[in-house]
Amino acid sequence: MPHVTLTVNGKSHTAEVEGRTLLVELLRETLRLTGTHIGCDTSQCGACVVHVNGDSVKSCTTLALAADGASVTTIEGLAAADGTLHPMQEAFREYHALQCGFCTPGMVMSAIDLVQKNPQGLSEQEIREGLEGNLCRCTGYHNIVKAIAAAQDVMHGKRSEIARAAE
Amino acid sequence: MNVVTPFEGIGASVRRKEDFRFLQGKGNYTDDLNRPGQTHAWILRSPHAHAKIRGVDIAAAKAMPGVHGIFTGADTEAAGLGGLPCGWQIHSKDGTPMAEPPHPVLAFERVRHVGDPVAIVVAETRSQARDAAEAIIVDYEPLPAAPSLEQAQAAGATPIHEGVAGNICYDWHIGDKAVVDAAFAAAHRTVALDLVNNRLVPNAMEPRAAVGEFDRFTGDYTLYTTSQNPHVIRLLMAANVLKLPESKVRVVAPDVGGGFGSKIYHYAEEALVTWASAQVGRPVKWTADRTEAFMSDAHGRDHISRAEFAFDKDGRILALRVATQANMGAYLSTFAPCVPTYLYATLLAGVYTTPVIYAEVKAVFTNTVPVDAYRGAGRPEATYLLERLMDVAARELGIDRVELRRRNFIPADAFPYQTPVALQYDSGDYQSTLNECLRVADWAGFEARRAEAAARGKLRGIGISTYLEACGIAPSAVVGSLGARAGLYEVGTIRVHPTGSITVLTGSHSHGQGHETTFAQLVSDKLGVPVAQVDIVHGDTAKVPFGMGTYGSRSLAVGGSAMMKAMDKIIAKGKRIAAHLMEASVEDIEFDRGTFRVAGTDRTKALVDISVAAYVPHNYPIEELEPGLEETAFYDPKNFTYPGGCHIAEVEIDRETGKVDLVNFTAVDDVGRVINPMIVEGQVQGGVAQGVGQALLESCIYDADGQLVSGSMMDYTMPRADDLPPVGVATHTTLCTHNPLGVKGCGEVGAIGSPPAVINAVVDALRDFDVRHIEMPATAAKIWQIINGSHGKAAA
Repeated sequence: MPHVTLTVNGKSHTAEVEGRTLLVELLRETLRLTGTHIGCDTSQCGACVVHVNGDSVKSCTTLALAADGASVTTIEGLAAADGTLHPMQEAFREYHALQCGFCTPGMVMSAIDLVQKNPQGLSEQEIREGLEGNLCRCTGYHNIVKAIAAAQDVMHGKRSEIARAAE
Repeated sequence: MNVVTPFEGIGASVRRKEDFRFLQGKGNYTDDLNRPGQTHAWILRSPHAHAKIRGVDIAAAKAMPGVHGIFTGADTEAAGLGGLPCGWQIHSKDGTPMAEPPHPVLAFERVRHVGDPVAIVVAETRSQARDAAEAIIVDYEPLPAAPSLEQAQAAGATPIHEGVAGNICYDWHIGDKAVVDAAFAAAHRTVALDLVNNRLVPNAMEPRAAVGEFDRFTGDYTLYTTSQNPHVIRLLMAANVLKLPESKVRVVAPDVGGGFGSKIYHYAEEALVTWASAQVGRPVKWTADRTEAFMSDAHGRDHISRAEFAFDKDGRILALRVATQANMGAYLSTFAPCVPTYLYATLLAGVYTTPVIYAEVKAVFTNTVPVDAYRGAGRPEATYLLERLMDVAARELGIDRVELRRRNFIPADAFPYQTPVALQYDSGDYQSTLNECLRVADWAGFEARRAEAAARGKLRGIGISTYLEACGIAPSAVVGSLGARAGLYEVGTIRVHPTGSITVLTGSHSHGQGHETTFAQLVSDKLGVPVAQVDIVHGDTAKVPFGMGTYGSRSLAVGGSAMMKAMDKIIAKGKRIAAHLMEASVEDIEFDRGTFRVAGTDRTKALVDISVAAYVPHNYPIEELEPGLEETAFYDPKNFTYPGGCHIAEVEIDRETGKVDLVNFTAVDDVGRVINPMIVEGQVQGGVAQGVGQALLESCIYDADGQLVSGSMMDYTMPRADDLPPVGVATHTTLCTHNPLGVKGCGEVGAIGSPPAVINAVVDALRDFDVRHIEMPATAAKIWQIINGSHGKAAA
């Protein structure tokens, strides 16, 4: 069987995979990084989104072999070593942007990429449109949009910490 | 040092404890579990809606690499496995019990819907199991399929189950038909409407999964499963399917990624992996892919109804008459029979003083996936019917739609209010929720917005729905008398540890509701400990004494009440210990948020002093009191709870394409006492999104041959972020009068109140066109046909 070598959350791994093995399977089953989820198999829901070389990618429709040599970041790789959450994670908590938590890893990874790719800042409507690749069945998206709007201010250096949600 | 801790009790928007793990990928969902020696299962499913199985040839598949075992319906029959049980028995009008045909865990001799499981393949890897499943040769003899209500009831329709005449499961009714017919005969005006409640697929984001593990040394079985109620699954699976003592079966439902009802039921795969783990001597894991979920998770809704109001000359409702056909699917799912009866027809008074009601419900077997409770369950169907009929009536009577509703509201001083359809409402204030919603949504200013939209070439409409629901399910004796085969109490244990930290064991199950936070707030409020010191344990039958699970917005009203009762016991025992320690009489001890005090003195003991004394009983009333500080309570509710409120939707329709944009949505709900406002808002927003999905986007479609056309997320339209506007949520509280918290429940109100508000808005937007009603979902294609004058012509 072929081998794939890749860096995941800063650590190098080499694994034996089948040609048909998907990146999400490599992450979940071989590397036991179960934070990345599988929700739909048809590239619709985005629960499987990870970053590959800095771009958000649906790992359920990426062959593991296609990630050979790549640098992959998953939800497990976001928080700092001392446990400090990424501003997007912090904003999701502050704004109650998650309920069951299943779509959350993919939603957070997509949101970070969306914000990073739009340094000019996004309106709430642009955030809604930017989330077209991710489904959430619990929240109705309202609080996810608010969280991303709050996180972008910190990620773009406009605020030093996540603005408190209105009580 | 005076440390000020933020208030974390009842009413505080405490940020969720569970979020830390979910946000870092440390959730523990069933598919994340990997047991030592684990194998993988693939379920081979029927591609036919209806067929005889003439034979199953597994020889080639069995020889495939990695295969440990292949089991078919013949094997599970030979092993004596029971079928999946139904938890509710309905009796027809004539007193006969409903038809309750067998529901085998693997299809035996016949398949009855696309997705009916035919065989389970267990192999070393999931890919190997899937490859082997593809090598199984099933000899099917296709039979005529009846996926729709109409097809299944047609003369000469092929019976789906032997001995079930006309494919009728039951023909039930409630109310006095003669009295209602007489009211209609004497009415000033009557208004009738035919309407469909579209079939939905719940689509929790986490697909169902199950891991079975048999311990050959002890003979114990463990099932890890995506369930909303692990204790119920243990009972049903052990007693009915595997025929084992419950003491030999442990069921664990770890983090569960959404349920919305679809994870209440006992599914075949749970029993299959548990049983197969003993057959192959290894743990067996099965995880559904999304297409499997579409063809094996219980669906929701799927009613066809005719509804009629009789009015007097002043626009007061004299009577309601309803005839509904409900699609049960191919088999009875666990609670399916109660959904179109006691969760639906008993809600048909709604918020109105309708004096007499007659409803008849025919439940029909079809060649489709079983239908069961989905968020709201019966109550969205009742609300949609009433609130659409109300709007049609307002227009035909020439009475303003808000005024017509007001005129018929149950007044705030009429509670407790006995409806003609069995329920007694304890509290509510429908005028106030209506007034508040009209104000927040700026109902009065709508015509200006309509004119402004018209100037942009858009058709703008506004719609309203005033609703109530019954939840906090449910008084055991009452539901027992109505056919439930279970009690619907809940269980809570409060364990105060020697050092004062607290573990709560609850039979409620959290799969997005935030129980780990809300329940901790109850304890913090009552016992005066920080939320961080309270751990909520749920979802494991080996840890939690017993439980009935989470559905029907019952977790706080029933589960929370059990905790309150258990905390009362803790306080009562604590007072006796405190009295001993402070040499006072028990009657003189007061307790308030963590402190026991001798009344009128400054002599106090903290809860931790009491817990230390309870576990280190050196100075302790040992002759009269057992050591330890742990109490369990069962709480059986005295009544349902009755949340209600008002939802207002505003839409704009593009004249060129017919596309409907929801531009404003306001919900003002009375959910009783609010424990965590942030979580309540989130629950309502999520419920509204599902209701809007039903109204505008979602529909499960079978073709005439019973093929599931909308079988993936590429075909079934789930609401996305840009399909929804910001949703304004407010609450207006009247307290529930019969539970210790005064709570009513907030999980389902969003999905119940919103669909008619949206459709009423769409119909309002099309006021210049000849349209009386639009079936859900109100897609661009349907609207375009109305705008372009071809609505209904194709059918004519």
